Order: sequence, then structure tokens, then C-alpha cells
Amino acid sequence: MAKKTDSQSKAIAGRAAQPVSGSHALDFGKAWTYAPSPEATDHIKLDKRYELFIGGAWKKPRAGKYFSTISPSTEEKLADVAEADAHDVDLAVTAARTAFDKYWSKMPGRERAKYIYRIARAIQEKARELAIVESMNGGKPIKESRDVDVPLAAAHFFYHAGWADKLDYAFQGRRARPLGVAGQIIPWNFPLLMAAWKIAPALACGNTVVLKPAETTPLTALLLAKLIEECELPPGVVNIITGAGPTGAALVNHPDVNKVAFTGSTDVGKRIQRAVAGTNKRLTLELGGKAANIIFADAPLDQAVEGIVSGIYFNQGHVCCAGSRLLVEESVHDVIVRKLTDRIATLRVGDPLDKNTDVGAINSKMQLTKIQELVKAGEDEGSTRVSAACALPAKGFWFPPTFFTDVAQSSRIAREEIFGPVLSILTFRTPDEAIEKANNTMYGLSAGVWTDKGAKIFWMGQRLKAGVIWGNTYNKFDPTSPFGGFKESGFGREGGRQGLAAYVELEG
Amino acid sequence: MATKTITKSIPRAARVAAPAPLPAVRLTVNKAYKMYVGGAFVRSESGRYLQVTASSSGGADPAIVNVPRGSRKDVRDAVLVAKNASEGWAARTPFNKSQILYRLAEMMESRRSELVTSLLRGGTAAAEREVDASIDRVVFYAGFADKFHALVASSNPVAGPHFGFSVPEPMGVVCVIAPARPSLLGLVSTVLPLIASGNTCVAVCGMDDPRTPLLWCEQLATSDLPGGVVNVLSGHASELAPIMARHREVMAMDVWGVDKALAAEVEQLGTDNVKRVKVHGPQADWYDERKAQGLGFIERFLETKTIWHPVGI
Repeated sequence: MAKKTDSQSKAIAGRAAQPVSGSHALDFGKAWTYAPSPEATDHIKLDKRYELFIGGAWKKPRAGKYFSTISPSTEEKLADVAEADAHDVDLAVTAARTAFDKYWSKMPGRERAKYIYRIARAIQEKARELAIVESMNGGKPIKESRDVDVPLAAAHFFYHAGWADKLDYAFQGRRARPLGVAGQIIPWNFPLLMAAWKIAPALACGNTVVLKPAETTPLTALLLAKLIEECELPPGVVNIITGAGPTGAALVNHPDVNKVAFTGSTDVGKRIQRAVAGTNKRLTLELGGKAANIIFADAPLDQAVEGIVSGIYFNQGHVCCAGSRLLVEESVHDVIVRKLTDRIATLRVGDPLDKNTDVGAINSKMQLTKIQELVKAGEDEGSTRVSAACALPAKGFWFPPTFFTDVAQSSRIAREEIFGPVLSILTFRTPDEAIEKANNTMYGLSAGVWTDKGAKIFWMGQRLKAGVIWGNTYNKFDPTSPFGGFKESGFGREGGRQGLAAYVELEG
Repeated sequence: MATKTITKSIPRAARVAAPAPLPAVRLTVNKAYKMYVGGAFVRSESGRYLQVTASSSGGADPAIVNVPRGSRKDVRDAVLVAKNASEGWAARTPFNKSQILYRLAEMMESRRSELVTSLLRGGTAAAEREVDASIDRVVFYAGFADKFHALVASSNPVAGPHFGFSVPEPMGVVCVIAPARPSLLGLVSTVLPLIASGNTCVAVCGMDDPRTPLLWCEQLATSDLPGGVVNVLSGHASELAPIMARHREVMAMDVWGVDKALAAEVEQLGTDNVKRVKVHGPQADWYDERKAQGLGFIERFLETKTIWHPVGI
């Protein structure tokens, strides 16, 4: 909280936020002011410069180029990171191919499993370090990186390790063969967790990997590379290379890559799909979303409000499955808006490393600009904006928890993925109308349904065109639970038995 | 309609045997082959046609037969009806779908000789084999319509107080470029797994012998299958596949036996709506039950839907 009341704090960008709270809201006075509770970082030792992890060794980029990676909450530089060019990508793919031929495809599943278990355990052992670096580099609140990202990353390795020697049971009557070298490109919203989602199933199925983390958040992937080195995996089984778009493009286009897995925006996903067209490369895409979170009048409204908050403000809304379109049954619209207005006033926005922080920093300046642009479009199109009247730190990239009412289906803020803490509220009168509006999007990643009626949840669940549906809950993830989209939210699943299919060739 | 036509019929065998046309007592009635869209038999709106060779064994057709050459507009019309049929078909119970598909097998069996005669190799043992395999394939997928769920769905043991499960769902409209041959078995083997799982489809039949696929549509039409669930066009794959790939209501494509350039084009165009495009090389053996039918054919065009709910009191 200290940061929020800082005298240097700047006003909220854009139109002044509406004053929050009214006579109905409980007045806690200064009771909401928490003492700072920052996570200690003195034990974190980041290198000044990170090289590329290729073939089990740290290699300098051929072109000698590096870029700096910063903390979005302070704008301070954390480290320099190598920028891989096509030559470096080629080295990494060659290392992965050699490792596939020489070690990984020949190794019995039970031995592969034990390597993957080692990784899971090492993540648990280094959990604190990983969580802190994740929050430093990505801006997400430490309570999320500590309680969600890192434990789930470990769980993904632990879960998939067990599959490595059980693939014969996974596909009835069919033999599963590994594909070869997997080129994997991951986003900046869950840097370590996405690396785990990608690497764990690929290794379990007997593939080797070249992974490229996002350019704004490379650090935990590089720590993971170090950890994998310490687990003594055969050289080249996992290669981690850093860089921006061109590095990713070189990886996608490398002729010796057998499988491309991408998580990121629908726009880039389509470009990758185009690049892979006409080749024999296998592809899975986990792309954008514009999920409907649907609140019926018979829902437990206070719980629903908590679900709305975790649906859209979790990880600053940098979540592909964020519940960014709230569909509220008309009769409870006003009460939901009132409750939500009160609730976002209590969200603590600020230092990601403070254990009390609910909403951290926006991941990058570029993303902040995009959010501001779409929020402005929302205002220009006549929607009513409500933002929490919180003070924001002077340095870093910040956006207050915000929602819009009076949103039309045709509004940009109801159609485009904002990928920020910005919610659009629409209304409906009948379940049919809710389905119609929920499905009226090119996306189909996720949806939420809040009602006290079990039959209604299933009725809605059958009709919503989305890959993940949360009934009376939101933003829950688990390695045993397949995740992935319908329509332009991509194809393929990650997690569960179904997720293995993305990394095997089936015979028979 | 009221006019009564008087014809003297003579046994077909005699007619076929007769070498000279002149003394024929009765002129045969040739069938105009039409495409099958929305449960109706239609010509191409473009008015274009293709000429194909008919059966060598003396079926009802003359030596040269005109079939419609489907156009862009035909594809769009067919996708529209397939899209409109989608919700209703997907909502039918798997048991009901299973019975309808079994009914299709019954219709095929009762018109088995017609199919056998129609195939290019008409009347031969090879034609009989293809028809029998096609009927058996329909029975195979009829029986799968209410079972594949149990094989691909899951209960997800998540680490928390939630009940989670994943179920398969159809994708929607899937377009098929059927293998050129075997013309009947190839179409049946690609279309049946799609509709068994609740998708609807628009297929371009194999053009080596399009008459038999179009004849098969007459059996589809009498099988209780709702109109629009299966739509069959005749025409050039090279012309129609890119139109299908570009269509935003088409969720997926199953492309068999096209050349590399067309395959790449279809994959490229499909990216506009992140289409699930499956391109296959030639299937070695459509008669091989291990390779040419199975869960994999169904699984390719399914989405997985995962549902979570808290557990508590």
C-alpha cells in the first residue's frame, strides 16, 4: 500500500474515474491501509548477462547481440539476454535433433520419467526464487506467482513425468511414437508456467525441445534452463533460446522442426499457421479469447462478484481465458455493478513483490499502450467507465482495475481481446440470449456460468462454444485438466490424457 | 402427371443383349445426375457440367453421363444448409444418430445391386467388394456413434475441491475432399466418422466415378438422415477446395489425395479462421479395417470441452 499513497503517484490515465462507494458500502476508514510486506529479494542472484542454452551448454549468440530485460514495476534493468538469430536457432534445432536420435528416443519411458520428476522436484526446491523472479520480470503479484504459477509449473512436470512410461495405455489399441523436435514459443503472461505446459508433455512423449520464451519475460525460462542443466538431462534434450519475433519465426520455419507449439495472440497464431502450411510439421495453437462470464439472477451474487474479480483482474487480466465479457441477467445488473464497484475499490494495486498486492504491473509499455487505446475506444463509443480510484506508482506500467457498463456487442471493447484489467459488462434476459451473445465472437477459449441451478449449468455448458467452462468458479487450472480452444482460440489441448495427442504420432 | 404412359417392358437382359438400337421396343429413361444439398437434389447454379464415363457393364446409364460441375455459389449454399443443420444434428442423442446411420446401412443393403451395377467396374466381384465394404463401414460407424465418448472423455482428478470432466463435441461444418477412388468406399469412409460424432459436412465426391456417390445420396435421402447433415457436390477439387478453405463457417477440412500445391493452398487459406485442415496422402488401402476406419477418424474432428464445478455443501 505504501506505493499507492506515494506522493509521486500519478493520476489515472484517461477520463477521471467515477468516485467509488456509496452509503451502502462499508467504510473501513484507514483499516484497508496495509503496512508494506515486501518479499525479500536479497537472496536472488541474477546474472548480469544470460547466454543461450543450447546442447546442454551456455552459448554466446553468433551475432553477439543482447537485449535488456526490465522489471515492469520499476522500469529498472534486470539483466542482458542473448538475442538468437537464425544461425543460433539452427544450432539449437540441430542439438535437439542429435539429442532425439542419440538419447531421448532410445531411452525407456521409465528413465525419461525420472528425469522429468527431477525437474518437478527442482522447481519445488527453488520455488521461492522462481516466484520472486517471475514477479520481478513479469510484474505479476507475488501471491499469484508463489501460489499459482510456480506450484502449477511443478505440478505439470510431476504429472507428465508419470505418463512417460504409460503411453501405451493412453491411446487404446494404438501405438504412440514421438514426433521428433518440437519448436515451442510461449507468451509473457505466465512465463514459467507456459514453459512447463510446453516442455513437460513434449519430453514425456519422447520429443526433444527448443523453447523460446517471450522477449519481455525471459528470466524464469533461463532459470529453468539452469535447473534442467543441474538435473543432468542429456545435452540438447531441452534447449532454451531467447529473442523476439524474428527468433520465433526462424524456429517455426526451420525445416528440421517436426512440431510447432505456440501460445499467444490469434494474430501471430494465424501467421504461424500460414508459415507451417504446406509442410509436414504438426501444429498446436493456444490463442486469444474474449470469454463470456455469465451471471444469472439466481446465482449467489457475492460469490459471483468474487468470480468476476478473479476472472478479469487475476494477473492484471493478462490471461487468454480471462472473463472479459460479463453477461449479467438484466434484473441483477444494477446490484452486480454496485457490488463490483465496491469490490474493486478494495483491490490493492502496486508493488508485485508486496505480499498484499492484488493487481501488479502491466507487463510492458507496449501492452499498457494497447490497453489505454482500447479503453479510450470504449469511452469514445459511449460506454460508461468505472475505474478503481487507486493511486498508482510513479514508475512502471500500471492500469487500475476498470469496467465498462453500457457496452454494445459491436463495441471494440466487447469484441477485441484487451488483455488487461478491463471488463465489459453486457446484459441478457433469457438463457437463449445469453448463449447467443456468449457465442457471438470469433474466439472460443473459455466461459463462466454462475447459477444455483445445476441443470442450467449443464444446459449452458452444452451450448457454449468454448474449450473450458467454469461453473460457479473461474480461472482454475490443473495438469490433469485439458485446456484449449474452439474456433479462433486455436486447436489442440494441453493437459490431461488429451494433451498428449499433440506430441505423438499414432500408429494404427 | 395425368398422362398415362404405356410401355411394353422387356427383360433387361434381353435389352442389353440386343446389339442394334433400331428394333428397341422401349427407350430407356436416363437419369439426370444431381448434387445433394440440404436433402434435395440440385443442379449446379452455374449451369456447368462435366462429362464422365459410365459403367462398363451396361447399367442404366448411357456411355457418357453429364454431372453437375459445382461452383462457388454451390459451396456457399451447401455450407449454409450444413451450418443450419448443425445444431439440430449435434443435439440428437447419440443413440438416435446411431439408429439413423444404421438405417442408412439398411437402405444401402436393399439397393446393393444398384450400387454394384453403378460402379465403374460395374457388376464385377471388385464392385461387389467395394459395396459390401461400404455398407459394413456404415454399420461400423453407426455402432460408434454412442460409444466414442466413453473412449475419449475423461474425469479430471484435479488437485482441489472441484469436479472436472472433459467431453468431446463436434466442430460444426466440416468439408471433405473425398479420395478419387474407391469412389463409394472413399466417400463413405470419410463422411461417416464425421457425422457419427455430430458434425455436418459438405463433401466433394471423388471425380473418377462421381455417379455412384451421387447415387448413394439417394440412399442418404431415404435413411432418416435430416437434410443438410451430408451434402455432396461434384466438381473439381482444385476449384472447390480453396472456396471451402476460405469459408469462415467451415470449421475444418478433411482433404484426401490432392497434389502438394493444392494442399498447401488449402492450408494457407484455412488460416483465416484458424481452420482445422487435415491433409492426407493417399490411403494405402481403404479395405484395411485396421487402417481405414477407427477412433482416429472420429477423433480428428472433435473438440474437447472441459467443465469445472466446485464441490462443497
